[in-house]
Amino acid sequence: MLQRPGAARGVFAATGLPPIVWLLALFLAPLAVIWAYSFGENRTLVDIAITGSWANYARALKPLYLAILLKSLGFAALTTFICFILGLPVALAISFASPRAKLLLLLAVMLPFWTNLLIRTYALMAILRTEGLINSGIGAIWSLVPGLGPFEPLPLINNNFAVVVGLVYVHLPFMVLPLYAALDRLDRSLIEASLDLGAGHLATLFRVVVPLALPGIVSGIIITFIPALGAYLTPDLLGGTNSQMIANVIERQFRSANDWPFGAALSFLLMYMTFAALLLQSLIVRRHAGGAP
Amino acid sequence: MRGPLDYLGRWPLRLWLGLVGLFLYLPLVALVAFSFNDSRRTTVWRGFSLTWYRELFADTELLTAFGNSLVIAAASTLISLILGTAAALLLWRFRFAGKAALEAALGLPIVVPEICLGVAFLVFFTAIVPWPGELPWPFSLGAIIIAHTTFSFSFVALVVRARLAGFDGALAEAARDLGASEWRIFRDIMVPHLVPGLVAGALLAFTLSLDDFVITFFTSGPDTITFPIKVYSMVRFSVTPAVNAASTLLILLTAALTALALWLQGADIAKQAA
Repeated sequence: MLQRPGAARGVFAATGLPPIVWLLALFLAPLAVIWAYSFGENRTLVDIAITGSWANYARALKPLYLAILLKSLGFAALTTFICFILGLPVALAISFASPRAKLLLLLAVMLPFWTNLLIRTYALMAILRTEGLINSGIGAIWSLVPGLGPFEPLPLINNNFAVVVGLVYVHLPFMVLPLYAALDRLDRSLIEASLDLGAGHLATLFRVVVPLALPGIVSGIIITFIPALGAYLTPDLLGGTNSQMIANVIERQFRSANDWPFGAALSFLLMYMTFAALLLQSLIVRRHAGGAP
Repeated sequence: MRGPLDYLGRWPLRLWLGLVGLFLYLPLVALVAFSFNDSRRTTVWRGFSLTWYRELFADTELLTAFGNSLVIAAASTLISLILGTAAALLLWRFRFAGKAALEAALGLPIVVPEICLGVAFLVFFTAIVPWPGELPWPFSLGAIIIAHTTFSFSFVALVVRARLAGFDGALAEAARDLGASEWRIFRDIMVPHLVPGLVAGALLAFTLSLDDFVITFFTSGPDTITFPIKVYSMVRFSVTPAVNAASTLLILLTAALTALALWLQGADIAKQAA
């Protein structure tokens, strides 16, 4: 039975004040400042006047920045799609494995997840570089085959390809774990019934497993999409001049271009897109729960 | 005879798992392997050597950065643990106006994009409440500790709350009837039950802090370098095996912490089963 605060005023204050004050002063206040700045303009280099104008948002929707916004959305969507294709069979295999194999496979998926993001990105850089492992490997094979001429290293880094590979590499566990959690809860007898009644494995997958696991699939998609959309480090280290994402543009406004109001507007656009994705997730999950008998 | 649902026994799925595993692990294995390479190059194997580790331990700036990271992680973990546990207890015990709003606000740090939180702290600590630059050592890291606490205590609250869901309220009530004070109930009844959740939350907060690059990147000043920031500047500057060696050490530390967490949780599960 939940208590009213009056029943234990001292405990209520002791447990309530520290987290609430911290959240207000050191989380919501900094975000509120940025939000206010997004409606302001630079008067001098350090003085920002909050004028209530929408000019920063209007500027963010001009073709140059709109293109970067759309590109970020595209990268995140492509990353999520590839993660889903790569991750679904993995999640399926894990959820139907023996308890021992299950534990080992889950650990194998989680270990890179616990490894520092910067280190994983660096590890990928070392593989994809012009003189990296893939290019020198292909080069070595190339030189063995006579008559091929000199080997031209493949452009694997500092381009859009590298950014998407990097995003998939970093976010794959985000997809596999929720997918596994959803598949593991499925009623096996439904799958067996479908197979017994003559449906093939693929038909069973798409007409029984996927519809039943839909909330988990939606969670996996959103949980992968959100961090991929706001990724900073991956496009920064693996991308070229032409593969900057929205986070890189935000960083530039705050660190080198010194246009805080514009950077603030871009930050809030990214935040609103994140919230929209979360809202979509809760709507789909709720509808699914409501539709089930 | 194989069951129809034994997907792991089918070769296309085994091949798929193998390829995904290769994709996930080849870069990391190569990274660790070439940290022991006796050459500047990170692609050709020239023999085993500890040169890069020796170079690492001679680099005082890197060691300072590593020390900073550990202090920041320890401090932010401690504060997160206090704030997160308090929030979990509050939400578990009381019904009050604005509870839904508090729950929503508590979930926000988990979903807000890192870059947004990073720039918010940059502005906050330069324009609104400038963090004094010339404080003595551990206090100069205060801004980063505050930033890390902000994004990790929500995770602690989440983990502790999940653990509280299994707590038998009658125990606390019995103690109260027998005259125990609120503090005594917390210390002698709640905490022992919460220990696994507290440990899991603490390890999560510690790893999150040790891992963080983006938010630290915006909060740190020129004198407050953390390990990821230092590694980032090394990576930007050049790809040398020294970075591999530094990365290997951090991977080892993370793996050890993860193993510790799993072992503690495993012990907990075993205790519950017994």
